Amino acid sequence: MDLSLLIRESEFAWRIEAHGNMRVPAVIYASKSLIEAMDHKVYEQACNVAALPGIVNASYAMPDAHWGYGFPIGGVAAFDPKLGGVVSAGGVGFDISCGVRTLRTGLERHQVEATKAELADRLYRAVPAGVGSVGAIHLTMPEMDQMLKGGAQWAVDKGWGWVEDLERIEEHGCMQGAKPEHISAKAKKRQQDEMGTLGSGNHYLEVQHVSELYDEETAAIYGLHVGDVVLSIHCGSRGLGHQIGTEFLKRMAVAAGEYGIDLPDRELACAPIESSVGEDYLGAMRGAINCALSNRQIITHLSRQAFSAVLPQAELRLLYDVSHNTCKVEEHVVNGKAQELFVHRKGATRAFGPGHPSIPQPLREVGQPVLIGGSMGTHSFVLAGTKGSEHKAFSSACHGAGRAMSRRAASKRWRGRSLIDDLGDQGIVIRSPSFRGVAEEAPGAYKDVTEVVDAADEADLARKVAKLEPMICIKG
Amino acid sequence: MQESNSWEHYDHGADIGVRGIGDTKASAFEQAALALTAVVTDLNDVEPATQIEVDCEGADDELVFVDWLNTLIYEMATRKMLFSRFEVRLRENGLSGHLWGESVDVVRHHPAVEVKGATLTTLSVTQNENRQWVAQTVVDV
Repeated sequence: MDLSLLIRESEFAWRIEAHGNMRVPAVIYASKSLIEAMDHKVYEQACNVAALPGIVNASYAMPDAHWGYGFPIGGVAAFDPKLGGVVSAGGVGFDISCGVRTLRTGLERHQVEATKAELADRLYRAVPAGVGSVGAIHLTMPEMDQMLKGGAQWAVDKGWGWVEDLERIEEHGCMQGAKPEHISAKAKKRQQDEMGTLGSGNHYLEVQHVSELYDEETAAIYGLHVGDVVLSIHCGSRGLGHQIGTEFLKRMAVAAGEYGIDLPDRELACAPIESSVGEDYLGAMRGAINCALSNRQIITHLSRQAFSAVLPQAELRLLYDVSHNTCKVEEHVVNGKAQELFVHRKGATRAFGPGHPSIPQPLREVGQPVLIGGSMGTHSFVLAGTKGSEHKAFSSACHGAGRAMSRRAASKRWRGRSLIDDLGDQGIVIRSPSFRGVAEEAPGAYKDVTEVVDAADEADLARKVAKLEPMICIKG
Repeated sequence: MQESNSWEHYDHGADIGVRGIGDTKASAFEQAALALTAVVTDLNDVEPATQIEVDCEGADDELVFVDWLNTLIYEMATRKMLFSRFEVRLRENGLSGHLWGESVDVVRHHPAVEVKGATLTTLSVTQNENRQWVAQTVVDV
């Protein structure tokens, strides 16, 4: 990105003044080197989002921002329904409520090392991954509607997990306001056999160990110590969310014109929050959030079974579950007044600071856990929400590394088999149904997540707590 | 198939663009469908054994094209199939299509990635300087 287009507000904040049809400025949080490497499309897309009706304060981009669909990936934007604010299917993305869940295992690294291959095999067998994989659970349509309304609470009621899991999930595991009647029969059919499946692409199930602490006090409250083993799950709402995203993108592309919204890019397809299309989408999207939460809950249950077969002393307790593709109604202070806003986070993680009432009580004083996944074979991070993030980007932070190289280039450059061998030499066990899939997800095809996380920390979007190194990675 | 019909992929950050080029609009749509399957697996490994029919609609050529790709994605996902042969018959604001393929075989197909949906990014259905039709868009994987 051309630095001359930006006003440097501080070392890690770059501002684009409102110009043309922009209603508010755009702000990008990143280091100078990340900005220099950032695609110019992020600039264009952040400006386009700033032109949408009812946007509040600014259109924000996180340090891992890259070229997305209408909204940049790593984009945050809040809309006020009273000002004609909109909701956008592209502002949430196809993989609705994609997110990361991390569980402590109660195990130390040396306990897992001895049985790593066996544990990897068990997890790989327990959690279906990749194209065409089918879960053991088949939902009837009445069950589907119950799942869409109940989320992880529904899954726990069915026996897939513990009641205490729920308090460590956003919205206590159940997104209110889901309207299964606004989700098409096609979307539901696409999901019928996909509960408890991981999907493909950058989704994974990873056994990791805590390798470094940056904030020992917060880490202790999160229950993390150097050498501890954790399990992280990265996936979303599977076929249901993809189909809802697809259908509403098309519907909103038509509706926007009917509501007199002038779109600078058709992909920004949106509708007023207070409109029938907007309300239908919100009801459907909330159902997809519940689908993602119940999916990660079922995978948790399957993972617990796999662990207990190999390491019976393991006790997998939820640290936190946070989504990074959502639109949520939240209260934020704007111009000294508390207001209810519809906050879109597309490839951005909610990061509530210390004291926020929605943070589980035992963690509240230090801030919400912010879970940042790295690419296969590289480290991940646990951060904590800060007070400052509220005023910077409606309490939001980055979500991951972002690709540095296309899938095509990666599959030409690496071979899956030799990558698996190389990672094995580094002590990382990979299990995947597709060598080509592994090649396309090669660690070298991603940017360094460390630089992104450092920028989020320096910009005060969230603060670093712990670093996680992979031991086992199950890839779709 | 005429020799001038072809397909290709193009880069888009985390995702991938599919482009079909053909002497007719319908053949450009068919070629783009081949490009879509090639995102997932090697086309040569997919037997065109079973035929299914689909119907797509849209307010204009571009939205019909997006609906076509999304219909293929839906059929792949729900039937757990891959397709390697396509026939498209266009009509005003829609098309009817025939797909030939087979069930996913993980060992034989090594499916690399699941396609989530066709986006509207870089979407276009146009004629190039050689008067060939080009249909393209980015798919989210």
